[in-house]
Amino acid sequence: MHYLFEPGFFSSAPVGIAFVIGAVSAIVSAIVGVFTVMRGQSFAGHALTDVATTGGSGAFFFNLSPLVGFLGAGVLGAGAMESVGVDRLRGRDVATGIVLGFATGLAALFLYLDTTKSASTGVSQQILFGSIFTLDPSTIPLVVVMSVITLGVLALIYRPLLLSSISPDLAAARGISVRVIGILFMLALAVSVGLSSIAVGSLLSTALLIGPAATALRVTRNLHSALIVASVMGVVVTWVGIILAYDSFYWFTSSQGLPVSFFIVALIFLAYLLSGLPGVRRRTASPTAAAPAHSLERAAG
Amino acid sequence: MSDVPVLEVDHVSVSFGGRTVLDEVSFDVRRGEFTGLIGSNGVGKTTLLRAILGLQRLDSGEIRVEGEPLSRHNHRLGYVPQKVALDADIPMRARDFVALGLDAQRYGFSRRTKAQRDRVDEILRDVDAERFGDSRVGSLSGGEQQRVLIAHALVGEPALLLLDEPLANLDPKSVQEIVSLLHSVASDHGVAVLLSAHEMNALLPVMDRIVYVTNGRAASGTTDEVVQSDVLSALYGHHVDVLKLHGRVLVVAEPGQDDAEIPQHPTLTVN
Repeated sequence: MHYLFEPGFFSSAPVGIAFVIGAVSAIVSAIVGVFTVMRGQSFAGHALTDVATTGGSGAFFFNLSPLVGFLGAGVLGAGAMESVGVDRLRGRDVATGIVLGFATGLAALFLYLDTTKSASTGVSQQILFGSIFTLDPSTIPLVVVMSVITLGVLALIYRPLLLSSISPDLAAARGISVRVIGILFMLALAVSVGLSSIAVGSLLSTALLIGPAATALRVTRNLHSALIVASVMGVVVTWVGIILAYDSFYWFTSSQGLPVSFFIVALIFLAYLLSGLPGVRRRTASPTAAAPAHSLERAAG
Repeated sequence: MSDVPVLEVDHVSVSFGGRTVLDEVSFDVRRGEFTGLIGSNGVGKTTLLRAILGLQRLDSGEIRVEGEPLSRHNHRLGYVPQKVALDADIPMRARDFVALGLDAQRYGFSRRTKAQRDRVDEILRDVDAERFGDSRVGSLSGGEQQRVLIAHALVGEPALLLLDEPLANLDPKSVQEIVSLLHSVASDHGVAVLLSAHEMNALLPVMDRIVYVTNGRAASGTTDEVVQSDVLSALYGHHVDVLKLHGRVLVVAEPGQDDAEIPQHPTLTVN
């Protein structure tokens, strides 16, 4: 007889740590993700995951905590992108691409060195795809503190961030420093990528950042509900992913469990697909009958 | 106090990298007046509006709002920028976006007070945007979005509303509606309106004054004073004719002159 919650599931320390860190990083990612999608900075978010890979693999080589590497490299990378990048969207994309390319090259070097040093490829797997069950309990305080700081900064700049995301021109005319807001947001993005990297791995942290946010934006009409839906969805997919991965030890006779990251990402993808079904998706039609003409006009303009 | 102009642009010059964009431009805007800032693309209309907002360094000259020199953010100014892309991904209803016009520059959270919500309702009614107040901004048509942008700019009760090419990319019916809305903003609500456009004909019935910009220089006055062959010829530096036909105005250069500088007349470009 096999139960979904096997005896020992709730008393297992690694599972408890996974639940806490998974939930905290999912919430931060979801909230930062909503703004990332709104600002059209998904590419920057993805580039930061590559930068985080560099940090994580570098940290392993220098015997540091991967979290320190993820966060440190992310913050440096975000700073580099913002300082190379200019106000223009295209300039920002180019700067992002250049930082991404260099970071990935460094990651290749560190992952090679790590593999040589530990004489196994396990470390690459751990950094790229995560290993939420092997986290050190000592990482919890740092995760919580960084999360609180990030959410605090976002709460502080909430309204200026919102307006400068919609229109930098409108924000600048109100005396908002669009540049400072942009830098603060990039730092928040870097931290959220670092946090989700330890949960689902640096490569898959994009999924936790963009997936719940994009799904929430499909089904809600205002920002508050989008933030709440994205957070709840992030936590639910992470927890269900952990439960399924733990349970998967019993699925095959070899007693080999499947990776948590796979379940989390699969659930996110499933939720995103479901949110596109007719009836789930919020009404997008304009209240006036002129909607088709308008879309033509916009396409032409 | 009432005789102090809402806006004084006083011998303002601006240059980018050695190229003079605005050369000793001067004009006033008074309370409740509708002023058209007319000129073809690239003559410096946006630069001038940015200068009034305090976002552009002046080489010389001064700009005063209600008699006061410019500050970083002047809450007496409302602004509708050119081409605001209200994307379908923006999770905001029209009323949320209008409410941001009250306090977007503030830090931290605060709940909307009853007075603020009432003010948003009132301004949505004023711009005839009530019926789509609960729709997402990204789902609205171009004309509807323009109304929401105007409401966002007006909700903080500015003395002067600046609009950068608000009529570009609108269908003719929406152009008429937005022009008459802005006319009532000026005449009924006493807010001075300064609107830039590359085509003046839609504005002729409502413009109290015109600021005609070309070659970085400007002529201002009533439409009848400014839209004259001799005034505009002096501004262009070569002869132009002003034709008035059926209540419409056409500015035409002599053959051989580069008329790229002349505001476009869409009716004439169709062969």
